[in-house]
Amino acid sequence: MTASAQFRNLSLHRVTSRRRLGPLSWAACALSALLCLSTPSFANKANDTLGMAYDQAPENIDPYFNNVRIGVIIAANVWDTLVYRDPVTNEYKGQLAKSWKQIDPRTLEFDLREGVKFHNGEDFDADSVVFTLNYVSDPANKATTQANVRWIEKVEKIDKFKVRIISKEPFPAAIDYLATTLAIHPAKYYKEVGPTGMNAKPVGSGPYKIIEYIPGKSVTLERNANYFKDSPKSAGKIGKVKIRFIPDRQTQMAEVMSGGEDLIMHVPKDQAEKLKSLPHLQVLSGNTMRIVFLQMNTREGTPAPELQDIRVRKAIAHAIDREAILKNIVGGGELINTICTPSQVGCSSDGATVYKYDPALSKKLLAEAGFPNGLSIDIMAYRERQQTEAMINYLQAVGIKAKLGFMQYAAMRDLARANKTSLTHQTWGSNLVNDLSASTPVYFGGGSDDVSRDPEVIALLNKGDNTVDPVERKKVYNQALVMISEKAYALPLWSLPVYYVANKDLNFKPYHDELVRFWEMNWK
Amino acid sequence: MIAYLVKRLGLAVLVALTVSVIAYLLLYLSGDPALAIAGEGARQADIDLIRKTYGFDRPLIVQYGDWLLKLLRGDLGVSMYFKTDVAPLIFSKLSTTLLLALYALTVALVISVPLGVLAAIYKNSWIDRLCLAVAVVGQSMPNFFFALILIMLFSISWRLLPVSGSGTWQHFVMPAITLGYYAAPAFMRLIRAGMIEVLSADYIRTARAKGLPTHTVIFKHALRNAIVPVVALAAVQLGFLLGGSIVIETIFALDGLGYLAYQSITFKDYPVTQIIVLLLSVIYIFLTLASDIANAWLDPRIRVA
Repeated sequence: MTASAQFRNLSLHRVTSRRRLGPLSWAACALSALLCLSTPSFANKANDTLGMAYDQAPENIDPYFNNVRIGVIIAANVWDTLVYRDPVTNEYKGQLAKSWKQIDPRTLEFDLREGVKFHNGEDFDADSVVFTLNYVSDPANKATTQANVRWIEKVEKIDKFKVRIISKEPFPAAIDYLATTLAIHPAKYYKEVGPTGMNAKPVGSGPYKIIEYIPGKSVTLERNANYFKDSPKSAGKIGKVKIRFIPDRQTQMAEVMSGGEDLIMHVPKDQAEKLKSLPHLQVLSGNTMRIVFLQMNTREGTPAPELQDIRVRKAIAHAIDREAILKNIVGGGELINTICTPSQVGCSSDGATVYKYDPALSKKLLAEAGFPNGLSIDIMAYRERQQTEAMINYLQAVGIKAKLGFMQYAAMRDLARANKTSLTHQTWGSNLVNDLSASTPVYFGGGSDDVSRDPEVIALLNKGDNTVDPVERKKVYNQALVMISEKAYALPLWSLPVYYVANKDLNFKPYHDELVRFWEMNWK
Repeated sequence: MIAYLVKRLGLAVLVALTVSVIAYLLLYLSGDPALAIAGEGARQADIDLIRKTYGFDRPLIVQYGDWLLKLLRGDLGVSMYFKTDVAPLIFSKLSTTLLLALYALTVALVISVPLGVLAAIYKNSWIDRLCLAVAVVGQSMPNFFFALILIMLFSISWRLLPVSGSGTWQHFVMPAITLGYYAAPAFMRLIRAGMIEVLSADYIRTARAKGLPTHTVIFKHALRNAIVPVVALAAVQLGFLLGGSIVIETIFALDGLGYLAYQSITFKDYPVTQIIVLLLSVIYIFLTLASDIANAWLDPRIRVA
C-alpha cells in the first residue's frame, strides 16, 4: 500500500470508527449503570447475617465423617456433646448430660438432661446417645477419625435418661473426647438416613441449625430459637451465619476488605498486620493447640547416625534461638519446653531440661562429638517454611549445614515411617483433644511415627495412658516428658498462633482450641 | 480427505491413550496414595487396610488396565472425598465452566477483532504498536495477578462487583475478562496478519475502486476473509480456556470444574483428579481435531501435508 493510500484509508477510517464508537460508548454507559444498580447483597450487620469465608470444604457435614477444622467449627455450633469443656478454665460442665460419675476404671455413667429437642423436633434421650455412639464406634461404619471413637466398647441404656459408656481399656481421656468430638445425633432420624442423609439434611440440637448446604460451596446456619436454656453454650444472638468456601487466600482477604465477608481465619501474620490499617476491620490473634517441634531420628539405620550421639542432638538444640524466631517470625504463640500442648491434661514442663540459645556451647559440643568442622544433615518440613528456614540459618552459624526438603505432609510422613528422615520440622494439633494421650505418645509411644523408639519412654507413656488416678497419671507422664527432654530426642519449639480478621461491627473472641463460637458473637 | 481424516483420528486416539496413562500415574506423584488418603493420625493397620481396599497392592499395569476398562464401560469411579459417583459430580460442575469459557471467548473476540483490524489498518504506526503492547501485556501477565488487579479495582476500590462466588451474572464479569484477555492476543495477531494480507489483495483494490465506503470494504470484504482461520483457532482456544479455568475458578471461588479440580488435588481425591485431567485433555484433543478438519476442509493444501 502506498503512503497516500494508507493516509486515505486512515482518514476515512477515522470517520467510520467515530461512527462506530457511538453504540459502543452507549453500551459502556449502560453496563456501568447496570453494575451500579445491581450491587450484590452483602452479608453484614444490616442483614443480621454473618459472612465467613474458609478455604477448605468438608467432605461431609456429619461431624463423624470429616476431619477439617471448619467441620469441627460447624459441629460445635450445630450439635451438642454430652459434656462441655470451658475454653477459658478447661473445666468440664454438663451439656446434654446433667452429671456423670466413674463407676469403675472402664465405665462412666451419665444422667441426661430432659426436655431437649433436636432441630427436627425429635426428643433427646438415652436412645440418642446409645444409637449415635454405638453406630460411630463400629469400625464397619468407617468414621473418618477412628482415634476419636475406637476407645468405646459399647454404650448401654440404663433408663430413659441414664446411660453407661464402657471403654475397651481404662481410658482417662474419655471425658475430653465426650466434650469435644462426640456429637449426639437424633436416634430415629440417624437410624433412618445414616451419614449420607445426615449430610444431605443435617439435624443437631445446637444453638444454630443448618438451613442450606451446598456441598463444596456454602453452608448457611440460622439461630435455633428453641435452644435449651441450661446449656453452658448460650443461645445464638446473630440471626444467620453463611460460611462460604473460598480456596484462595487473596480472594478471602479481598472479600473482607470489600465488605463481602465479615470473618476469615488462618491469615498469615504479615498479611493480617497489613489489614489492621483498614478502618472497618479488626485483627485478632489467639494461641492454638498446635505445637511445633524439631524431631531427630535416632532409630537403628537412621540416615544421620550422628544424631545417635546425644552431644550432637544437644548441639542442635543449643544452636537455635527459639525466642528470636518466636518473636520475629511466628508472632504470637508461646514457647514450649516439652512435646505436648501446655493446656493438655498431663502436660507439664516441671524438671524438663531447657535448651538455651548458646552457639558457643553448641560448637563445643560438636567438637567433642568429633565434628569440629561441623556436619551436613537433611531437614524435612511441610508447613511454616519461614520457620524452617530460620532454623537452618541458626544451624549454619554453628557449622551444621542443613539441606531443606519441603514436601506434602503425606510424603514427609511416608519418609519418616520408612526411616529415611534425619531432622523433621513437625507440627501436631492433637485433633483438639485436651489430653496428653493425644500428643506425646503419637511421636514417642513406639508407634510408626516414633523415630527415637526409647523403650523406657514408651513404657512410661503406655503406663500414663492407662492410669486412672489423675495425680499418679500426671507424675508418670512427667517422667516421660523429662526423659525425652534430657535425652534431647526432639527440640520443643512453640505453639502456633492463629490470626483472624473480622469486621469491626462484630464482637468476637478467639480461643486456643480454634473453635469459632458463633453463639457467643453479636453485632456491636 | 479420508486418508487425512483417518490419520488425524488415529493420532488423536494415541494422544488420548498417552494422556490416560499420565492421568493414572498422577496417583503416585506425591508418595504412597494409601498414606495420603489415611491422613494425619492414622495407624499402620488403617493404612494397610486402605491399600488393600483400593487395590494399591496390585501391579501398576493391572491397576491401570482395570481403571481404563471401567472407564470404557462408563464407570468413572467414586470420589474419595465427596463419597459420590464421579460422573454426576463432574457433570454438575461442567455447565459453570462451559459458561465461563464461552463468556471468556466472547471477551477475547470483542477485544481482539477490533484491535486486530485497527493494527492491520494502521500497520507500523503508533496504533499498531499500542495494540502490540496490549497483546504482549495480555499474553505475558500471569492471569492470577491480573485477576487480583481487577478485584482491587472493581471490588475493593469501587465496590461494583462481588469478589467471588457464582450466584449471579456479575460474578462472571471479572473471571471472563481475566480469562478472555489472556486468550485475546493469539486472535489479535492472527487477525492482524490476515487483514494485512487481505487488504493488499486485488479484490480489495477493486472494491475501493468501485467507490464502496471504507467500512464496507474493511468489514464486509476484508474481515470476512481474514476471520476464517480465527474460527479454527477459536475451537482450540476454547479447549485452552476450559483447562485454564482451574486457576481462575479457584481465585474467584466459581463453583465449576476448575474449582473441583483444585479441591480434588488438595484433598488427594485421585479418582476425580484423574477424570478431570482426562476429560479436559480429551475435550482439547477433540477440539484440536475439529479445528484440523475444519482447516483441511477450508484449505485443500493442508490435506496433502
